[in-house]
Amino acid sequence: MSLTAQDLRLVKSQRTLLDIPQLNLAAGRLHALLGPNGAGKSTLLGALAGLEHSVLRQVRLLGQPLSHWDTLDLARARALLPQDNPVPFDFNVRDIVRMGRYPHSDQPHPREAHLVDEALQMAGALHLVHQRYELLSGGEKARVHLARVLAQVWAHPDHPNERWLLLDEPTAALDLAHQHTVMRLLRELTQQGVGVIAVLHDINLAGAYADQVLVMNQGRIDTMGECEQVLQPSLVERVWGVVCERLPRQGHAGRGWLAFS
Amino acid sequence: MSAATTAWSSSGLQQRMSAKSLGLIGLITLMLALAWAATQGAYAISPGHLWTLLTSPSQWATHPDAQVFFHIRAPRLLMALLSGSGLGLTGALVQGLYRNPLADPSLIGVTSGAALGAGLAIVLGTAMPAVWWLFLGSSLPLLTAFLGGLAVTALVWRWSSIQGQVRLPLLLLMGVAVNALAASGLGWLSFMANDTQLRSLTFWLLGSLSGTRWTSVAWAAPPVLLALWFTWRLAPQFNALALGEAQARLMGVSVSHLKRHGVWWSALVVGVLTAHIGMVGFVGLIAPHGVRLLAGADHRVVLPGSALLGAILLILADTAARTVVAPVELPLGVLTGLLGAPLFLWMLRQRHASV
Repeated sequence: MSLTAQDLRLVKSQRTLLDIPQLNLAAGRLHALLGPNGAGKSTLLGALAGLEHSVLRQVRLLGQPLSHWDTLDLARARALLPQDNPVPFDFNVRDIVRMGRYPHSDQPHPREAHLVDEALQMAGALHLVHQRYELLSGGEKARVHLARVLAQVWAHPDHPNERWLLLDEPTAALDLAHQHTVMRLLRELTQQGVGVIAVLHDINLAGAYADQVLVMNQGRIDTMGECEQVLQPSLVERVWGVVCERLPRQGHAGRGWLAFS
Repeated sequence: MSAATTAWSSSGLQQRMSAKSLGLIGLITLMLALAWAATQGAYAISPGHLWTLLTSPSQWATHPDAQVFFHIRAPRLLMALLSGSGLGLTGALVQGLYRNPLADPSLIGVTSGAALGAGLAIVLGTAMPAVWWLFLGSSLPLLTAFLGGLAVTALVWRWSSIQGQVRLPLLLLMGVAVNALAASGLGWLSFMANDTQLRSLTFWLLGSLSGTRWTSVAWAAPPVLLALWFTWRLAPQFNALALGEAQARLMGVSVSHLKRHGVWWSALVVGVLTAHIGMVGFVGLIAPHGVRLLAGADHRVVLPGSALLGAILLILADTAARTVVAPVELPLGVLTGLLGAPLFLWMLRQRHASV
């Protein structure tokens, strides 16, 4: 029960975008993908989702290479939320979220009519349902697209399967409160068995919520493991070139965090 | 006045019409436009008289008004209906495909190919062996226009394919380049043409529904109706494509299938229509904009809605073309531009004023 990759190598215009010999990601966990700009985080996310034709065979979901999957089955099993979501036409918010239901056209959910609202509710955007998409702010748009990918992988009671969300900077456009709401939502989803991979730039946000962090640099996985062990000042200085110190955890529940001077 | 305008732009455009009410209002408007257009013309028939004629079949063969109506006006009205729906629908298809609200059916190359085909037949056709001329006669431009439209679309399609995948941005640029090429070809043909040829070439380039016969209606109806039916079923996929090719594929849409259907149904419809009525611009651009403004961008509404609005617009434009300076007819293409451009400008202002 996992998303795996083997010999994931991607070279374009003589530049190595990805070079990952082995990757094993367990479902039901929140994997934070960190790394400097241009490290290959979005490319890895795209490759794991099946956007790179040349490496379709190298990625396996539920043990099956992506090239063997039926496109609609795959669409119901995993969704990718890109960084930018340009929409050229003046859709209503409801239309945008409903697009995510396309792969379910031939096996609608028993509560199909309510799913768009429920997905928007989860993403904290239900109040926007009747709005025109292009009038929304950047953060509101981001939450609408989050609702869309939630709707895309919504579990069907008769066909329960493993589901994955691949999110490219889901918190980038959000204010402080919404960042935490979304991270809590992702944690809840992992408890339902959904595998989540999220590209994050805020190391402390990753440290506070993720089960595991993957640090990428120059197309490679530099380090991966438990947050507490991986997120050390030495790694931050080596990968990002930024000096920081680690503050001890407060009480029993909290995790430690990095302070940047 | 200003209060009314504000109310329209704030409430009217924010609160969109439901698909059902838009469809109902559209159908009623279409019926009214048809009824009005049926009575207008150089040979005016009063509404009451037309109704008496239509309800008494015994007079159909004998009464001169019935003759005018059934042989001249009815096929022309139906052709306007079909052409408007076809152009509106293909406009919506091509805009959805290119994810660009400024796209126009001519961008897939079919219009310029058809124009070049017709131009070649009109200017160089007389140089053909007389046997061919006897065989094809005046329908030669029609045939070459249709084949030219499809041939140029096929060329643009092939040139835009890389490793078996049609690249949409490339297809768009190819369309622009091929249109420029066809324009210079037409320029050369008009330079070569004698006065008579030049006159019929110009007439063709400006578009017209005059002289429409039932055979044109019979040719145009199947492609337009089939395209409407088949592409409307693809509407949810066109919606997904609005988020980009990558997202559409991730949602399980077969994008290559969608491109093929979008381009080839458009080519077929625009090819047949352009062959019969010449170049009629603006309907394909303006109808989808109007529908989106009224009811939003959902393609399940935009595709049939554009066909409906296109039909209404073209029926009105053609009625104006044959009545404004009757008995002389204005070229249809001139009128669609004349009515369409200000309408388009107004819609753009409305949309951006409300954003």
